[in-house]
Amino acid sequence: MTGPEIQATPDSSWQNSWREFPWWLVAIFVFLALMGILIIRNPAYNDAFKFIFPGIQVTLYTTITAFAIALVLGLLAGLGRISRNTAVRNIAITYIEFIRGVPTLVLIFTVAFVLVPPISGALGVDNRVVSPNTRAIIALAVIYGAFLAEIFRAGIESISKGQMEAARSLGMTYTQSMRYIILPQAIRNISPALGNDFIAMLKDSSLVSVLAVRDITQLARLHAGSTFRFRESYLVLTFLYLAMTIILSLLLRWYEQRIGKDRG
Amino acid sequence: MSDEIIIIDNLHKYFGSIEAVKAVNLQVKRGEVVVIVGPSGSGKSTVLRCINHLEVPTSGAVYIDGVHLEDKQTDINKVRAEVGMVFQQFNLFPHLTVLENVTIAQRKVRKRSKEEAEQIGMEQLRHVGIPEKASAYPRQLSGGQQQRVAIARALAMQPKIMLFDEPTSALDPEMIKEVLDVMLQLAEEGMTMVVVTHEMGFARAAARRVVFMDNGQVVEIDTPQVLFDRPQHGRTKLFLSKILKH
Ligand SMILES: Nc1ncnc2c1ncn2[C@@H]1O[C@H](COP(=O)(O)OP(=O)(O)O)[C@@H](O)[C@H]1O
Ligand SMILES: [Mg+2]
Repeated sequence: MTGPEIQATPDSSWQNSWREFPWWLVAIFVFLALMGILIIRNPAYNDAFKFIFPGIQVTLYTTITAFAIALVLGLLAGLGRISRNTAVRNIAITYIEFIRGVPTLVLIFTVAFVLVPPISGALGVDNRVVSPNTRAIIALAVIYGAFLAEIFRAGIESISKGQMEAARSLGMTYTQSMRYIILPQAIRNISPALGNDFIAMLKDSSLVSVLAVRDITQLARLHAGSTFRFRESYLVLTFLYLAMTIILSLLLRWYEQRIGKDRG
Repeated sequence: MSDEIIIIDNLHKYFGSIEAVKAVNLQVKRGEVVVIVGPSGSGKSTVLRCINHLEVPTSGAVYIDGVHLEDKQTDINKVRAEVGMVFQQFNLFPHLTVLENVTIAQRKVRKRSKEEAEQIGMEQLRHVGIPEKASAYPRQLSGGQQQRVAIARALAMQPKIMLFDEPTSALDPEMIKEVLDVMLQLAEEGMTMVVVTHEMGFARAAARRVVFMDNGQVVEIDTPQVLFDRPQHGRTKLFLSKILKH
């Protein structure tokens, strides 16, 4: 028996593009469009949207700030992870494995209520004035720093040993070689992975609603709780996350294709 | 200033339990060209890499221009700035243009201004015959061109010594000559060079002495004429008969 795909019909290329067409993307855009219409036309959805949407600012601010800090933590921990200094390496591994071994939700509580007080104490800040938003940012940064550390480590290790040797043989220090030779190449290689983790973090930022941070998730919960419009609240919330993540992943795909072509 | 710019004194190197280099002694005079030959795995690269401390000897000492590399007080980066190295795999920096490849270390290590570094960099690109590729990226160059850029990159530091580790082994046959010509020219200009290569023609034309290594040891050191035509040791004869067959 031959399958239909084996027949060389004149319209096989048409069939092929039919099969390859990103129908999933159409389905998602149809959902987003229907939600958009509901939000505009239906007063209950419109109310939910008006209540929840302002939380976008908190969601984005939390995600972007925490991600920026996580990049620094991740780079440091990733470099520490491959350090030849035993103490440095083990501190980095401890941090990474500790974070990876505990659920994100639990870590958010632990960082916000157990780790932040001594840190603020050490910095001479009264723990009670540290806002939930700041705690949330620190928690997400500390958690994602460990994830990003592994990405940075893999990125650095993906650069051939000859690059470091060539740089060192020219008299550059380890730090100079890392900064000017290894990291620029590594970061380019891992930028898609970093982008994926940014999207993951955008979604995980919803967890900080447990700290009463007024992000879109928290506002959706408040709206649902006060109006009992659960369906409207959570569909609008779903719509908002999906719209953000789908736009970001499309941008990421486009960027990946571009750097892929550059290398070709 | 001693006449010997490189002194390798009773060098031993272990990788785990493998003894890659055994009791190697070698001295190289200023302006001398020394070629190292020997079978694969005989420790040639390891000796070469000990000369700029890319490998740390298990025991023994290396002196470059009187500076003891294994001494904890030695600033190894300062020594490396004076010792250029060319690798089999070129190891150009793929994210930088050719001109950036030949200027980055000048700027970060020699602390030269952009203008000065670019002027010296262009000079060296002309030296190796490809100034027109200054703004290209390494991947746009042929293997021979890449290796010549790698030589220019090392020369732009204005080193006292140049080390070459099988610089033509990764090249297509038709590109070997352009690289050897640059190396010959360098030798004529009086550069101190230690070259691991199996290019007999280059050794005969440029080397004052040829070192034959086998099994981590220096078996024989002599002029190319003697070592290639009238080798004293059985192991040298055996090796030469093998590579001449190819
Ligand atoms: N980084 C390393 N780790 C372990 N073994 C090594 C390493 N480098 C070289 N060796 C071993 O040391 C010996 C000498 O290697 P090398 O100096 O590269 O020889 P050659 O350059 O003459 O081919 C070989 O047995 C090789 O496998
Ligand atoms: Mg070798």
